[in-house]
Amino acid sequence: MSAVKVNVRVNGTAYAREIEPRMLLCDFLREELELKGTHIGCEHGVCGVCTVLVDGESTRACLLFAVQADGAEVRTVESLAKDGQLSPLQQAFRENHGLQCGFCTPAMLMVATELLEHDPDPSLEDIREAVSSNLCRCTGYFNIVDAVRTAVAMIKEGKQ
Amino acid sequence: MKPAAFEYVRPGSLNEALQALSRHAGNAKILAGGQSLVPMMNLRMLHPAVIIDINRVPGLDAIRTDGDALVVGALARHSTLRDSPIVAKHCPLMREAYRYVAHKPIRNRGTLGGNISHADPASEMPAVLVATDATIVVKSAKGERKIAAANFFIGLMQTALQTGEMVTEIRIPIAPANQGWAFEEAANRKGDFAMAAIGATLTLTGGVCSQAAVAVAGMSDRATRLSALEALLERKPLDDDLIMRAAVLAKSSVKPDSSYHADVDFKRDLAEALTERALKNARARCK
Repeated sequence: MSAVKVNVRVNGTAYAREIEPRMLLCDFLREELELKGTHIGCEHGVCGVCTVLVDGESTRACLLFAVQADGAEVRTVESLAKDGQLSPLQQAFRENHGLQCGFCTPAMLMVATELLEHDPDPSLEDIREAVSSNLCRCTGYFNIVDAVRTAVAMIKEGKQ
Repeated sequence: MKPAAFEYVRPGSLNEALQALSRHAGNAKILAGGQSLVPMMNLRMLHPAVIIDINRVPGLDAIRTDGDALVVGALARHSTLRDSPIVAKHCPLMREAYRYVAHKPIRNRGTLGGNISHADPASEMPAVLVATDATIVVKSAKGERKIAAANFFIGLMQTALQTGEMVTEIRIPIAPANQGWAFEEAANRKGDFAMAAIGATLTLTGGVCSQAAVAVAGMSDRATRLSALEALLERKPLDDDLIMRAAVLAKSSVKPDSSYHADVDFKRDLAEALTERALKNARARCK
């Protein structure tokens, strides 16, 4: 099968590659760009660990061919920390014990990022709804929800 | 697993898409949101030789009204439909059913056209379209067909689409302002496919039921109407006693398949409980 060209911005950097059309976005990020923060689990859209933001919207990177992201802006977990400083969300996950094995964490951070970008003051129900899209088999979700609530408060304080 | 290799085609217009579909007849699949197709490709249940990516076909995602119909383009995303004031106004049953549809990352990509082309029997939207007597508009290089939703879903993940055809629009009769509606579902987790779901619309004229539509999903190989139940309701005063009788009739008239999370008896119980809830909620919304 003939290769296709893809031009995509990932975490603010422009990349151009020639790839097979069947290459999934999650494999493109990990293998072509060596951004290993995006994890791969079930590869059929159920577990959510590959979730990234494509043009600001949470997207399963295992259900999008990389060629479809041509012209798009992709954000992964690597975009969150700046100059070695954890983002408020990451800091809140750390402080609230919002992760144990860490496998689901990058995607949890990305769905929470989308949530807070759409609504800086989400209800408990909204937070639960957002993180329920991803499977976590360690935490029982309570500490993840607490982490997001803490991040909401941290961001509010930071702005005052 | 990873999908098998394929040739990638990205048409810039509907006509180009239909020509490509005709040229590769039988070997091509339309890629819209990819939330059903790509899992099946990753699992190697499907390995189409050609993928026709319609995501850049302009206008195919439009949501508009046309006379007495709400018209949804095949490429309209679930997230957009869920938040659309036009949908909320003209098909409140769809808006309510979207409370149960998937999770945000799936809704951000998944499309109504793709959802119904996949025709999962536990999916909510086929039940909405069957309940509202929607019409599915399909096109091929040869022309256009309009198919009633009840005739579109013909079996387990099977539709009336023929080789070379694709869904382009879904036309839903605009709900009368006095009509009540409700969508009730039981699922193992929020956002999962339904173990059972009931969608209903009702119209009351002086306390008497003048119109009833009740559709069920998650029971058998496709979403279906419960016509015996509708006949029981029509032209009768819609009191609690009638609703209880309708719910008991739902329990006996559904034909559930056993699934991992719900056996036949449990699904019948769910049909009864959800029908009671749906009819009471729909009745409360009648004007």
